[in-house]
Amino acid sequence: MTLRTALAAAPAIVLAAGAAHAQVEVQWWHAMGGALGEKVDEIAANFNASQDDYVLTAVYKGNYTETMTAAIAAFRAGEQPAIVQVFEVGTATMMAAEGAIYPVYELMAEHGADFDPADYLAAVTGYYTDPDGNMLSMPFNSSTPVLYYNQAIFEAAGVEEAPTTWPELEAAARQIIDGGHASCGFTTGWQSWVQIENFSAWHNIPIGTLSNGFEGLGTELAINSAAHVAHIQALADWQADGIFKYGGRRSDSAGLFYSGECAMYMNSSAAYAGIVDSVDFDFGVGMLPYWPDVAQGPDGGPQNSIIGGATLWVLQGQDSEVYDGAAAFFSYLSSPEVQAEWHQFTGYLPITTAAAELTEEQGFYAENPGTDTSIRQINLHAPTPNSKGLRFGSFVQIRDIINEELEAIWAGDKTAQEGLDAAVERGNDLLRQFEGDNS
Amino acid sequence: MQKRVTFNSRTLPYLLVAPQILITLLFFIWPAIQAVGQSFQREDPFGLRTAFVWFDNYIRLFGDPFYYHSIQITLVFSLLVTLLSMGVALFLATMADRVIRGATGYKTLLIAPYAIAPVIAGVLWLFMFQPTIGIVAYMLDQLGYDWNYHVHGNEAMMLVILAAAWKQISYNFLFFLAGLQAIPKSLIEAAAIDGASPTRRFWTIIFPLLSPTTFFLLVVNIVYAFFDTFGIIDAVTSGGPGSPGATNILVYKVYSDGFVGLDLGGSSAQSVVLMIIVIALTVVQFRYIERRVHY
Repeated sequence: MTLRTALAAAPAIVLAAGAAHAQVEVQWWHAMGGALGEKVDEIAANFNASQDDYVLTAVYKGNYTETMTAAIAAFRAGEQPAIVQVFEVGTATMMAAEGAIYPVYELMAEHGADFDPADYLAAVTGYYTDPDGNMLSMPFNSSTPVLYYNQAIFEAAGVEEAPTTWPELEAAARQIIDGGHASCGFTTGWQSWVQIENFSAWHNIPIGTLSNGFEGLGTELAINSAAHVAHIQALADWQADGIFKYGGRRSDSAGLFYSGECAMYMNSSAAYAGIVDSVDFDFGVGMLPYWPDVAQGPDGGPQNSIIGGATLWVLQGQDSEVYDGAAAFFSYLSSPEVQAEWHQFTGYLPITTAAAELTEEQGFYAENPGTDTSIRQINLHAPTPNSKGLRFGSFVQIRDIINEELEAIWAGDKTAQEGLDAAVERGNDLLRQFEGDNS
Repeated sequence: MQKRVTFNSRTLPYLLVAPQILITLLFFIWPAIQAVGQSFQREDPFGLRTAFVWFDNYIRLFGDPFYYHSIQITLVFSLLVTLLSMGVALFLATMADRVIRGATGYKTLLIAPYAIAPVIAGVLWLFMFQPTIGIVAYMLDQLGYDWNYHVHGNEAMMLVILAAAWKQISYNFLFFLAGLQAIPKSLIEAAAIDGASPTRRFWTIIFPLLSPTTFFLLVVNIVYAFFDTFGIIDAVTSGGPGSPGATNILVYKVYSDGFVGLDLGGSSAQSVVLMIIVIALTVVQFRYIERRVHY
C-alpha cells in the first residue's frame, strides 16, 4: 500500500469506527430549575450510564411558558428537540398540533419499548389520553393540591384535627383568629387551579361542557354555576374577618404560611419539600375541604382531585434511531425505582402503581406522614367526566382571565356572580377562537 | 459657518453608514414587515395551518374593551414614568453639578442603576414591597395600612411606575449633568451679579439652555416607557391585578398574548398598532415640541 492510498483510506476507517460507536443524541428540553433541575440532570446522567446506545441531553429552557414557546419556535425553524416538557394547561395546544407531535403510545409501539398503559395511575394518565384512551404524552411531574396546616397554631388554639369540610375549616379559622393565635385562617396558591378547577373535580361538578372539553373543541366553561359562585363568594366574604387572605397568583402566598400569619395553606403536593425547608414548626397535610351540601361524589362526599404539573411530549421530525432512544428513556423513566425516588424527593405524584407500592414498602409514607395524602386524594374514587381533568384550548390565557376576575372579586370591585360570569364570557370567546383556528 | 464634513470619495460615506443601516434593516425593518404580514393571518402555534383573514385580527382588537383600557393605562404609565424619572434626574443633576468634593463618588452611585437589568430592578422593588416578605410592606402594615398590590390595582401601578422610573433616572441624570456642565459659567455668574435668585437663574437661564437635552430625553424616555419596561411588569405584576389588568400595558399585552397565549396573529396586530402609536408620538414631538427647543 502506498502512502497515498493509506491516507485516502484512513478517513473512511475512522468514519466506520466512529459509526460503530456513535451514540445517538436525544435532546430533552425541560422547565425544571433549582433543586428539581439538578434532579433532572441526575436522571439523565443515570440513564446515560445505564446503556451505551443513546446520549440524553437535558436542557433547561426557563419556566413552563418559556420552554413551550421555545420548543414551538424551534419546531417552526426545524430545530426542535425530540422531547419537550409541557405543562398541563398546554395539553390542548399540543394535542391540536397533529403533525407536530408523535403520540407516546405510537412511539412506544413503533420503537419496540415495553409499554403497558395499565401500569400508570389512571388519575394521572386520564389527563393526557385521547378519547380512545391512548396515551399521548408521558407523565413526568404531576401534583395535586392539598391542605397544609400549622400544627403549632392548631394546638395552641385547641383545634383537634384538620378540617375536612369548608364549614369545619371556617370554624377552625374563627377559633384560631378569635384566640389571637394567627391573624389569618388560610391562603391559597394557584387560585384557578385550586379554588376553581380542583374545586369542581373534588365536588364532581363540571368545569366545562363536553366532559370538561375532552369530547370536543365546542366546549364552554361552566364555572359560574351556583356552587362555584357560592364558594367564591364565601371566600370573598371571609376576607373581612381574616379567615381568607389572598397572596398572589402563583405560590407567592407561601410566605403567609411560612411566617405563621396564616394557619392553613392550600397548594400543590409538590410544595411539601419547600415547606420542610422553610418552617420550624410542625405542620400537617390534609385533603382539600369540601362543601357537604354541594359534593356529588359516589358516597355524597368528595370525588377525586385532579392533577397539575407537566408531561413529556415527543415532537416529529427526528430520525428513527432518536425515537428509539426516546422510547428507551421513557421505559427507564417509568421504572419503579426511578419514579419512586423522584416522587419521594419532589413530592410529585408517582406515575405508576408500582412506584407508589415501592415507596410504601420502603417505609417512606410512615416516616413522612402526610406525603401520601396526594395519592390518596387523586385515587379517592374512579374519575368521572367531571374529574378526569380538563382540556380547553388557550387555557394559559383563560387561567389569566380567571385570575383577573378573581382578583376583581377579592378587591370587592365585583361580586362572585359578576366576576365568574365575566370569566365565562371572556373564556368562551377564546375557546371559540381556538375552535376556529383548529378546525 | 457651516459644520459639514466633506468626503472626497463618493462611496466612503455609504460604507460608513452601511453597518447601521444593515442592523436597522435586519433587526427592525425586517421583523416589522413580518409583523405586518402576520397581523393579517391566523395561525396555530406550530405554523401547521395558516389562514389569511384580512383585518379580522384588527377588528377583534378594536372590539375589545380591554384593549382600550390597556391604551389608557399605557398613556398614564408612560407619562408618569417620564415625568418622574426626568424630574428627579434633573433635580439630582443640578445638585450634583454643585458638588465639588467627592463628586465622582456621587455620580457613580447615581449612574449605577442604569447597569441593572429591568427584571432585576423589578425584583429589587419586589423585595421591598412584596406584601408577604417585603420590608416596606411590613412597615406599612405596622402603620395600619393594608398594602397588597396583588389586590389593589393602584398600588400595583404605583409600584411599577416607581421601579421603571428609578431605573431610568441614571440615564437621564448623565445627560442632564453633561448638559449642565456645557452651560457657560459666565452666563450664570452674570445673572447672579445682576441679583437673580437661584430659582430665577434656573428657570430663565439654565432650563432654556438645557432644552435640547430635555427634548432628547423626552423622546427617549417615552420610547423607554412604551417598550423597555416589559421586564419590570413581568417580574412585578405580570400585568395584574384585577380585570382588566391594572398594569397590562400595551407592550406587555403584546408579549402575553403572543408568547404566553400563542395568539401570533392577534399579537402581531397589537404590535403594529403599538408601532404606529409610537411613530405618531415621535412625529408630534418633533413637529410641535422641537419648535420650542433652542439649540
